[in-house]
Amino acid sequence: MQAELARELPPAGFNFENCKRNEALINGGFLAPKTVKTGTTIAGIIFKDGVILGADTRATEGPIVSDKNCSKIHYLAPNMYCCGAGTAADTEMTTDLVSSQLALHRLNTGREVPVVCATTLLKQKLFRYQGNISAALVLGGVDLTGPTIYSIAPHGSVDKLPYTSMGSGSLAAMSVFESRYKPDMTEEEAKKLVRDAIAGGVFNDLGSGSNIDLCVIRKNKTVDYLRNYEIANRKGERTLDYSFLKGTTIVTGTKTFNLDITETVIPMEVA
Amino acid sequence: MFQQMNIQQNFPEYNIPGKQHHDFSPYESNGGSIVAIAGKGYAIIAADTRLSSGYSIHTRKQKKTFKLTDTTVLGSTGCWCDTLSLTSLLAYRMQSYVHTHQKTMSTNAIAQLISVMMYNKRFFPYYVSNVLAGLDEEGNGVVYSYDPIGHCEKTTYRAGGTAGALLQPVLDNQIGYKNQNLAEKPEITKEKAISIATDTFISASERDIYTGDSVVICIITKDGIEEKTVQLRKD
Amino acid sequence: MSILAYNGGCVVAMRGKDCVAIATDHRFGVQAQTIDTDFEKVHQVAPKMFLGLVGLQTDILTVRERLAFRKKLYEIRENREMTPKVFSSMLSNFLYERRFGPYFIEPVIAGLDPKTSEPFICNMDLIGCPNVPDDFVVAGTCGEQLYGMCETLWKPDLEPDQLFEVISQSMINAFDRDAISGWGASVYIIEKDKITVKKLKTRMD
Repeated sequence: MQAELARELPPAGFNFENCKRNEALINGGFLAPKTVKTGTTIAGIIFKDGVILGADTRATEGPIVSDKNCSKIHYLAPNMYCCGAGTAADTEMTTDLVSSQLALHRLNTGREVPVVCATTLLKQKLFRYQGNISAALVLGGVDLTGPTIYSIAPHGSVDKLPYTSMGSGSLAAMSVFESRYKPDMTEEEAKKLVRDAIAGGVFNDLGSGSNIDLCVIRKNKTVDYLRNYEIANRKGERTLDYSFLKGTTIVTGTKTFNLDITETVIPMEVA
Repeated sequence: MFQQMNIQQNFPEYNIPGKQHHDFSPYESNGGSIVAIAGKGYAIIAADTRLSSGYSIHTRKQKKTFKLTDTTVLGSTGCWCDTLSLTSLLAYRMQSYVHTHQKTMSTNAIAQLISVMMYNKRFFPYYVSNVLAGLDEEGNGVVYSYDPIGHCEKTTYRAGGTAGALLQPVLDNQIGYKNQNLAEKPEITKEKAISIATDTFISASERDIYTGDSVVICIITKDGIEEKTVQLRKD
Repeated sequence: MSILAYNGGCVVAMRGKDCVAIATDHRFGVQAQTIDTDFEKVHQVAPKMFLGLVGLQTDILTVRERLAFRKKLYEIRENREMTPKVFSSMLSNFLYERRFGPYFIEPVIAGLDPKTSEPFICNMDLIGCPNVPDDFVVAGTCGEQLYGMCETLWKPDLEPDQLFEVISQSMINAFDRDAISGWGASVYIIEKDKITVKKLKTRMD
């Protein structure tokens, strides 16, 4: 607890101490670095017994894939999940923060939190930052009003829809929904539809790729988080074996530190 | 009232009809990668078949290798319209050579011709990454690689295109035996070269979004040019 | 030029069978000028956890100190050792706090869980988006070259001595194609009962 006194407690929220310096660096001709984006195809639909969310699993840094199997369907509450597209850190942190606010809300009220509540928290946060937090979200959940899907744009605008998609592959996914969506589908039909929508993004949008994740939230409050529901793309089989002979790399010095500490403890004499 | 109208007109979102836009860019990157390896009695050149721009795929079946003669193949990626323009002009110049000199062009003559043609456009360059593979007079493999304004370099292996940076060190290591402390460094056989070229493309399609779909490998020997296709990731 | 490439350098970490390896080059420069050729970018933050930081050196020093402070505070308060997983989420939160005025760094974490000895590798972008794969992570000015090398050479369940050859060959050949990384390299192999540090012979140009 002494350490607590010595520590200057940092204020909550964002820290802007580097902004002036960074601006000076960028004005000095340096380029601002790239952040990891989730190019992404995310989608959500309402079916007969609840909602289904879907997402691809690729994260990119410019033209390079930085994560081949990232998870883009984030947990918010037991009855809602949220897909995120945009800057990867923003979607991750925003949903985590709202998830904890929802947990507190749930404990304060002792009830299941309605989906609009999460929508409001998210849109107010995003609107406050005027689109600078670049998170495009598809929020799906089930509450006492039934199943709902919301799409939340980075500036904080909200749409309540029966089916929606977001991210760079949203057009590919939406084309599948527009041609085949119908109300009150069975779970199997709906899963197939979301899978096909995400696959549309995975194969036709370069920002999306790898595998397909699904999340089914039913009216009876059961949730199936189907991580890697389909491994849509596998790494090709290499034709050669690339193992090296021992000593292929020239070593100029080796140091070894043994960590197996076998110390016998002698109990302190108390008599 | 007058004031209000002024404010309306100053909105930046509204484009004024007929206004000149100065941000036109004549170039586009259509992606794709090339790997070429030369050895004793053979040369191979491989290129993927994905043609794309931005986040969308134009086609999954675009060959990026061009057979110029029975012993020479050019691989070209970058701005696809420049590739087409360059290769059609090249075909014309090569035909013209045949009529003038009564013989087909040798690989090194083509290499020089490409260099000159590209430098001709020094101040409005062809935005392409070219790799030329073929057999020399003795029937051994050679690889020539270029920068966009016609600098030409003769090597034995080269990776180019969007995944060039990913693949070049792999070739350095596996073909050039760079940084490997080995007692013997056997010559790379044709079969091994084909395998390594295939594997580099498998790696490239994992990490480079512009490389994928399939790879076409051209195997150039004195008996002619053989073609082989290997499927890659489609996402 | 990007601010991340001001000082140059690269770090790569790989998972093996019950072990992890992390490697760094030795160059420290200011743009094209080399200042130091014995400058390591990997720091031991716990007995079985290493943190590699590349990017702007001035920020690296600051971040390292602040992380050490937060880590010590955690260990005093909780009276237990920090696992690599906890350390990475602490770092992620620390970086995201500066979302709109970031430190120009790319971190890589490699280690074994102090209790279960489960291998852990992780990297982040400069605003703290974590990436925890089961193969390898790269960072630095020759990141693309490293991706190409690692994708070709890495395979699952490598034994420590094979892992060493794979990570060394990946790193050396990658930075030989980068002008602002290289000048020697170090590899740390972290196993359950020992840590082996090896200095590599490389091109010095």
